[in-house]
Amino acid sequence: MDFTIILQAGVASGTVLLFATLGEILTERSGVLNLGVEGMMLIGAMFAFKVTNASGNPWLGVLAAILMAGLLSQIHAFITVTLQADQVVSGLSLTFLGTGISLVLGEGLSKAGTVALLPAFSFPLLSQIPILGPIFFTEQSIMVYLGYVLIPLAWFYINRTRPGMHLRAVGEYPAAADALGINVFRLRYFYVFVGGALAGLAGATISLAISPGWFSELTTAGMGWIAVGLVIFAQWDPLRAAFGSYAFGALRRLILDIQGPTVFVGAIGGFKFLEMRNPFYYNPYWGFFLQMLPYAFTIIVLVIGSREAMRKRLGAPAALGNPYIRGARGL
Amino acid sequence: MSQSAASPFFKRLPFALRIEARVEEPPGWYPLTISLGAILLALILGGIVIALAGGDPIRSYLHIANASFGNVGVFSDTLVKATPLIMTGLACSVAFRMKLWNIGAEGQFIMGAFGASAVVLAPLLPAETSPWVFIPVMLLAGMVAGALWGFIPGFLKATLRVNEIISSLMLNYIAVAWINFWIFAVWTEGGFQMSPQFPKNAWLPRLTDLAARFPFFAGLTTHLGLLFGILLAVLVWFVLYRSRWGYEIRLIGDNPQAARYAGLNITANTILVMMFSGALAGIGGMSEVTGMVHRLQTAPLAAGYGFTGIIVAWLAKLNPLAVMPVSILFGALILAGREIQPSGIPKMIQGIILVCLIASDFLMRYRVYLVRKNQEA
Repeated sequence: MDFTIILQAGVASGTVLLFATLGEILTERSGVLNLGVEGMMLIGAMFAFKVTNASGNPWLGVLAAILMAGLLSQIHAFITVTLQADQVVSGLSLTFLGTGISLVLGEGLSKAGTVALLPAFSFPLLSQIPILGPIFFTEQSIMVYLGYVLIPLAWFYINRTRPGMHLRAVGEYPAAADALGINVFRLRYFYVFVGGALAGLAGATISLAISPGWFSELTTAGMGWIAVGLVIFAQWDPLRAAFGSYAFGALRRLILDIQGPTVFVGAIGGFKFLEMRNPFYYNPYWGFFLQMLPYAFTIIVLVIGSREAMRKRLGAPAALGNPYIRGARGL
Repeated sequence: MSQSAASPFFKRLPFALRIEARVEEPPGWYPLTISLGAILLALILGGIVIALAGGDPIRSYLHIANASFGNVGVFSDTLVKATPLIMTGLACSVAFRMKLWNIGAEGQFIMGAFGASAVVLAPLLPAETSPWVFIPVMLLAGMVAGALWGFIPGFLKATLRVNEIISSLMLNYIAVAWINFWIFAVWTEGGFQMSPQFPKNAWLPRLTDLAARFPFFAGLTTHLGLLFGILLAVLVWFVLYRSRWGYEIRLIGDNPQAARYAGLNITANTILVMMFSGALAGIGGMSEVTGMVHRLQTAPLAAGYGFTGIIVAWLAKLNPLAVMPVSILFGALILAGREIQPSGIPKMIQGIILVCLIASDFLMRYRVYLVRKNQEA
C-alpha cells in the first residue's frame, strides 16, 4: 500500500469538501445558515454530468452545475432573507428539494456510460519536489489546482478586503452595516448564491473528476453534511477549512484502499516500511466499521470545534441564523 | 412595526405590496387554508417539473390517488406506509417543539428496528415465546435502542454544545453501517443481505390474521403498529399540552432566555427530549420490522421514514394529533410513488411541499396587501 497514492487521491477527494466548505463559510459569514449543501451538491453533480453527456464539453457541465446550484440556493435566500423564515428548516427543505429534483432529472443517467472528464495533469517543476510533489502536483485534476488557488484567495478576501469587511459586518451586526449604507439584503442574497455555486462546483468535481458518474444519492453520500460540520471545525476560517477538507479526503481514501492488500507494505516516496498481515483483508466485515469512520470523525471534529469555541470564546458570526428585520430591536 | 417594501425584491414589482406584522392571532380557519394552499402550489410546481422531465403530471397525480385510495386493499397498504411516519413525525414534533433539530429520526428508527430484531435473532427470547411476551419485550428493546441513539446527540448538545443537526445526521449513516454489519456478518440468511424471517409469534398481528372471524379483512396488512401510532399521538399530545413537562418543553422552545430565568433545567431537558424523540422513532422502527418487514433488512427499513417524518411534523405544525392525517397523505405518496416513473418524483414532491410550507409561514406572521403604485403615491 503506497501512502503517496492514498494522500494524492485524498487531496483530490478532499477538494470536493474544500469547495463546499469554503462556499458554506462565505454564506455563513453573511449571517445565513444554509443546510442545503447536500442538495445543492447533488444538483451540481447531476447537471454537470447530464450537460457534459449531452454536449461533450465538461466545461459546459461545470458551468451548468454552478448556475443551477446557485439558482437553487436563491430559493433559500428568498425564504430566509425576504420571507424571514427559519433558516434551519428552509435549509433542510433545500436538501430534500435538491435531492428530489436531481433524482427526477437524473433518471437514466447512471447508464449513460463514460463522458468527457475534466483534464488532469502534472504541474511542471512543482511536481519535482520530493514527497510533496507527487502528493499535491502530480496527475491531479484541474479542480484540485483551482482549490489551491481558492484557499488563500478566500482568506484574503474575507480578512483583508473592503467587500470582505462588508461581508463580516453583515454577518456580525447587520443593523450597523445597514446604517453604514451596506445593503444587507442584497449581500446576503449574493453570498447565499456564492455558497450555492461553490457547492455546485463541488458536485461537478465529483461527477466529472474525482469519481466520475451519476450514482443518485450515493454520489455525495453525505459529503455536503460533512462540509457543514467542517465549517464549525474550521471556525469559519478558510485555512482551517482546507486542513480539515484534505484530512477528511485522505481518510475517505484510506478507508477505500485499506481493505485491498493481503499484506501491509507501507511506502512514502519509495521508502518502504511496515510488513504485516492486513486484518481488514482477512476480516472483510470490519469494513462496515471502517465505513462509519468519516461520520464518526465528523462528530469528533465537531466536539473539538465546539470545545475550542467555548475556550477561546470564539464562535459563529453573531447574526448567524437570524433574519434581518429593518427597524426591529436587537441584532 | 409596519413596513412597506421589505426588500429589493418587492421594489421591482409593478405594484406595491404593503406588509404589516399581524397584531392579533389569525382566525381559526386560516392556518389550514394556508397549508392547503401551499400543498396545492407544491403540486402545481411539481407538475411543472414532471412535465419538464417528460412525464404527464395529471396522469401521475391521478395514478397516485388511485393507487393509494382507490379501494380498501390499497388504502390498507397506505395505512401500513403511514404507520412508521406517524412515529417519526411524532419524534420530530417533540424535538422541534423545543427547537431541538433532531434530524436523526432515520437512524433512531433503524436502531429501534435493530433492537427489536436482536430480541428475536440474538436470541434473547426463544422462538416459541408467546406473542404476549414477545411483543412487549421487542417494543421495549426498540424503544431503548432508539432512545440511546437519541441520547448521543442530546448529550453532546447539552454538555459540549455540539450542533445536534449534524451529529444526529451523522448517526444516521453510522446506524445503516451498523445494521449492515449484523445482516452480513452475523445474522445473514444463507449469505443474502438479510436476516432469517422472524417466527410468526414475533409478528405484530395484522387485520388479515382475523380473516377467519371477519372475512372482510382477508388480505389487509394493516397491523397493530397503527394502533401504537394512534395511542402514541394521543400520549404525545397529552404530554406536550397537558403536562408540566410539556409546558417546560414549549417554554424552552419559545423563549429559552425566559425558561432559564424561570429556573428550568435546559441541560437535562435537552437530553431527555432527545431521548424521548429517539424512543418514539425507535418504536417506529420496531413496528415496521415486526409488523411489515418481518426480518432485519436494510433497504425496506432505511427507506427515508425518518426524513419524511421531518416534513410530516412541519406540515402538522408540530401538532401530534395532526401528525396522523398528514402521515396518511405522505403514506399515500410513498406507496404510489413506487410505481411511477421517474422514481424520484415522490421525494421531489415532498421537497417542494416543504419549501412551499415554509414560505407560506410568512402569511401567518404578516398581512400582505396589494396596492397599485399610483394609489400609494
